Amino acid sequence: MELRAEGIGHRYGALDVLDGIDLSVREGEILAVIGPSGCGKSTLLGILGGLIRPTAGRAAIVGDAPQGCLNALTYVFQDFALLPWRSVAGNVGLALEHHPLSRGERHRRIADALALTGLADFADAYPKQLSGGMRQRVGIARAIVVRPAVLLMDEPLSALDAQTRELLQEELLAIWARERTTTVYVTHNLMEALRLADRIAVLSRRPGRLKDLIEVPVPREMRGEPGHAAALTALHDRLWQSIRPEAAAADREIVDAA
Amino acid sequence: MPPDAAARPVDFRAGGFEPRPGRTAPWIAAAAILGAWQIASAAGLLPDLFMPSPEAVITALGRMWASGELTLHLIASVQRIAIGFAIGAAAGLAVGFAMGIVSLARAVGLPIVSALFPIPKIALLPLLILWLGIGEPSKVATIALGVFFPTALATKTAVDGVPRNLIRMAQSFGMPAFAIVLKIVAPGAMPGILGGFRIAASIALILVTAAEMIGAEHGVGALVLGAGNLMQTDKLIAGVVLLSIMGLLVAAGIGALEKWLLRWR
Repeated sequence: MELRAEGIGHRYGALDVLDGIDLSVREGEILAVIGPSGCGKSTLLGILGGLIRPTAGRAAIVGDAPQGCLNALTYVFQDFALLPWRSVAGNVGLALEHHPLSRGERHRRIADALALTGLADFADAYPKQLSGGMRQRVGIARAIVVRPAVLLMDEPLSALDAQTRELLQEELLAIWARERTTTVYVTHNLMEALRLADRIAVLSRRPGRLKDLIEVPVPREMRGEPGHAAALTALHDRLWQSIRPEAAAADREIVDAA
Repeated sequence: MPPDAAARPVDFRAGGFEPRPGRTAPWIAAAAILGAWQIASAAGLLPDLFMPSPEAVITALGRMWASGELTLHLIASVQRIAIGFAIGAAAGLAVGFAMGIVSLARAVGLPIVSALFPIPKIALLPLLILWLGIGEPSKVATIALGVFFPTALATKTAVDGVPRNLIRMAQSFGMPAFAIVLKIVAPGAMPGILGGFRIAASIALILVTAAEMIGAEHGVGALVLGAGNLMQTDKLIAGVVLLSIMGLLVAAGIGALEKWLLRWR
């Protein structure tokens, strides 16, 4: 399924957050969205998934959802958004409860998602018993249990420490490789974008406009090889040069969103 | 590293401000107070008519228990509290959830509930007696009103406190609104609702006592007032002890409910 941003703009009261975003997320790709803080990355993701109503333009989908898909546009949240009163299996199963599935199918899906995210031994644990990394694995399991057509990931690793982030990047790629689910990955971390994405959309500071759309020139599976380090470093520098003045300006801005 | 003779240890400065409930201290304190009271009575320092000894109070309780009088009063009060609490809590939950979720219900309901909440509900008993008669309904209605307001306000506040990101998460999975209320809002609001129940239960106990003092043949409030009128202070204090035990039991019941419903915490 292809996901499109068609002239999306958004205002919070007098605050202009997004302006004229035209973007197409191709089927089966990982598109990273980066930009300085406050540039509207998360707002754009909210609009793309139907959680925020845009004040201009629209989000649109092209094509059909894959077989077995129960929720075409599915989020992974920065703060995990887990129910503390439910176990790991209960949190993952929540996404299935309003669908007419047989008991067997429900259990099979939950078991698959838990196995894929390394949570099989933690099915009965409660969120408060888990580390940040494990909590986000629950968030990811809950997202893939519905076999989404598009995964919308809102800075999913930014609340985690650097080492856990590394581990989860590897796991995310392994999970993605299985279904090749179309993914929009919002991050402020250039290295993360360079490691995961096929293309990187760069937003300007507020109001966020699409400043650049860059194809990562090295195939994903070869990005760890020393031979490609120079190309990736050059791209990193180019991205940073593009973002740096915006980030510096955004950093000094007085925010009054109220 | 060997200790340096010239080195001075760093003073520990972070003590205190961590009060812990003791295990034996409360029992010892209670026994000491009762003991002192009993000794003072036995020594004739406390006149029996105004402050009977603990022994006399226990004897009065035993006498009332044996005659069946105690059971009669207890059943009357517990029944009124149970029915009044059930009606008030059910209505309070419904109105509280409505005010927490539906804009129109909040716009209309919140000012009304907030305005009526501070009225001491016992002041409405004469009016309720006019409307419903001197029998059970007026007493139960007073308790129900007393329970309704704190429950409704606590429920509304608790619903407000459910993190919006959890609701958005459920919506992002296409969960229907009713299921969101049932599976996200209600459990998320449960700690606040149970806190409201705690307050409502103590109000119910106050109101049942007051209502029974105004017009009832049976009930712990009627027992206390009747004993006072006849200067039977041993019976009067026995009634007060009963009220204290009822309060403790209700609090323990809600505590057990919290422990079970909020076992995930």
